[in-house]
Amino acid sequence: MSNPYIVLPVIFQLFVAVTLMFSWTNKNLQKLISVVGSLIALLISILLLIKVNQEGIQTMQAGGWIAPFGITFVADTFSALLVLLTAISGLAVSVFSVGSIRNARVRFGYFPILHLLIMGLSGAFLTGDIFNLYVWFEIIIISSFVLITIGGEKAQLEGAIKYVAMNLLASVVFLTAIAILYGLTGSLNMADLSLQVAKVENRGLVNVTAILFLVGFGIKSAVFPLYFWLPASYHTPPPAISAIFGGLLTKVGVYAMLRVFTLIFVPDTFLTTVITVMAMLTIFSGGVGALMQNNIRKVFSYLIICHIGFMLAGLGIYSTLALAGAVFYLVHDIVVKTNLFMVSGLVFKIKGTYSMRLLGGFYKEQPLMSLLMAIPLFSLVGIPPLSGFWGKLLLIQGAMNSSNILLIGFILLGSFLTLFIIAKLWSEVFWKDPQVLPKKEHIKYFDELKPLKKRAMLASVVFLSILSLGIGFGAEWVMRIAMTVAGNLMDPSAYIQAVLGT
Amino acid sequence: MELLLVIIIGLLYAAGIYMMLRRSLVKLIIGLILLGNGANLLIFLLGKIVKGKPPIIGPNEKMLGEIYADPVPQALILTAIVISFGLQAFAIILIKRAYKVVKTDDLDEMYATDEDL
Repeated sequence: MSNPYIVLPVIFQLFVAVTLMFSWTNKNLQKLISVVGSLIALLISILLLIKVNQEGIQTMQAGGWIAPFGITFVADTFSALLVLLTAISGLAVSVFSVGSIRNARVRFGYFPILHLLIMGLSGAFLTGDIFNLYVWFEIIIISSFVLITIGGEKAQLEGAIKYVAMNLLASVVFLTAIAILYGLTGSLNMADLSLQVAKVENRGLVNVTAILFLVGFGIKSAVFPLYFWLPASYHTPPPAISAIFGGLLTKVGVYAMLRVFTLIFVPDTFLTTVITVMAMLTIFSGGVGALMQNNIRKVFSYLIICHIGFMLAGLGIYSTLALAGAVFYLVHDIVVKTNLFMVSGLVFKIKGTYSMRLLGGFYKEQPLMSLLMAIPLFSLVGIPPLSGFWGKLLLIQGAMNSSNILLIGFILLGSFLTLFIIAKLWSEVFWKDPQVLPKKEHIKYFDELKPLKKRAMLASVVFLSILSLGIGFGAEWVMRIAMTVAGNLMDPSAYIQAVLGT
Repeated sequence: MELLLVIIIGLLYAAGIYMMLRRSLVKLIIGLILLGNGANLLIFLLGKIVKGKPPIIGPNEKMLGEIYADPVPQALILTAIVISFGLQAFAIILIKRAYKVVKTDDLDEMYATDEDL
């Protein structure tokens, strides 16, 4: 069924970005357009998810070229769900930016680039063509390069060099993998590739290509031996930018892995073993890395790595239950990680530092705000019935069914490490006796901000906190969607039929 | 022709990775450019090289003859070249800015991101 409206989330973000460029000099107008545009984008993506839920997989053939010759856009439940989460994160970050991004950054085009980034993310989730996926990845990274360097502070530039170098390398590896895949099959359409790759007789070459994809996506999603750029760069830009990076950029790599390794390459024992071992080491190294850090944004950066490991574990187990766990965890993680980086920004605005050693007494000074911040922190730990618990429960059930005891051990270890880290963070930042911090000249503290800016920052944290409570308490509803997604991933015949129409 | 291309691609990848492993920022960018060119040539090679057979359907025929030059890899390479041009331009400006701010082009000296703040 060809439905041209499924690219609306992408085109609308482009429209917002262009409109923002026309109001380059008027920063208040830019903020208004960005927030209103993000609200409408949220509405569009909710409608898309409802439509996909009711009528099944929607496709669009660009330019009317029938698949597999043209570029196909596909909205199945997984894509539509992630587009919705992108819109949610985008709205929260847009509102948070109104309060926290400095005017100097707005003058250099912060808002248009933010919307171009969200456009790239939506495009990557919706495309059904492997080369088109590469193009969306490039749009994402070029926007993120601008966002990470905008402002040009020393730490930002140094972080950006590591970030840029590793992401460009990942793109080259991804492109190499596409080249070999095209040489093997002569196709780029993912549904068609699914059929063609199964026919290739040289399985060794298929596995090599799969590993190249794994390395390319692995760098982007920061898995075990390839993650070192992430803790070196994610804590350098302003908190609003960290929030959208931490929430979505690594997750698009995870999405690409889940898609490619269920649709195109059906993992054999060799691949699932590689992925499982990577997942275990990712959980371990992310958790232990987070233990050592003092800067709260670096703690959260390492926790991103740790929790990417959980999603990878779902792919490594490769059963419907485990994939549903990975998808559930993905949903939870996008909301909570975006929120946590915004929380760290709020803490910085109030106290003027990210250092756990210097912070303290937050609970005594801001009891209500501390209560608000407790929601994302404890959701991350996964204390039932908060949202982090259900994804891990599904994952452990999945691992139990495939009797992978070692992986269960690592998932539990990752959970305990997270618990320990958050408990440490809570006692250091919130409960420890406050210290007198010297006032820094160049920081605009929270109390000095205009009421509108204060409300904008708080509103976005409240919005995402309510949402993560909703995911926790409405787990049954989310789980039903996650099970549908996992079912579609395990059995891609519906996807292939929707695209190729046979 | 194929063998020559294979050797060139191998050399480009090897040189690119070697340059990326150096500490100098400029060599890092050169490495990335070489790697990008290697990947583009790889697409060209794997699209099967055919000489003198353009993919044009003759006036009296309904479909293409047996072997023809595949136009898709060329479209892919064109896209990849344009994209890498943009990214490399950005990366070069970035290292220039970084050199001005940090006052070194040695990657080992860039440890501000590891400092305990």
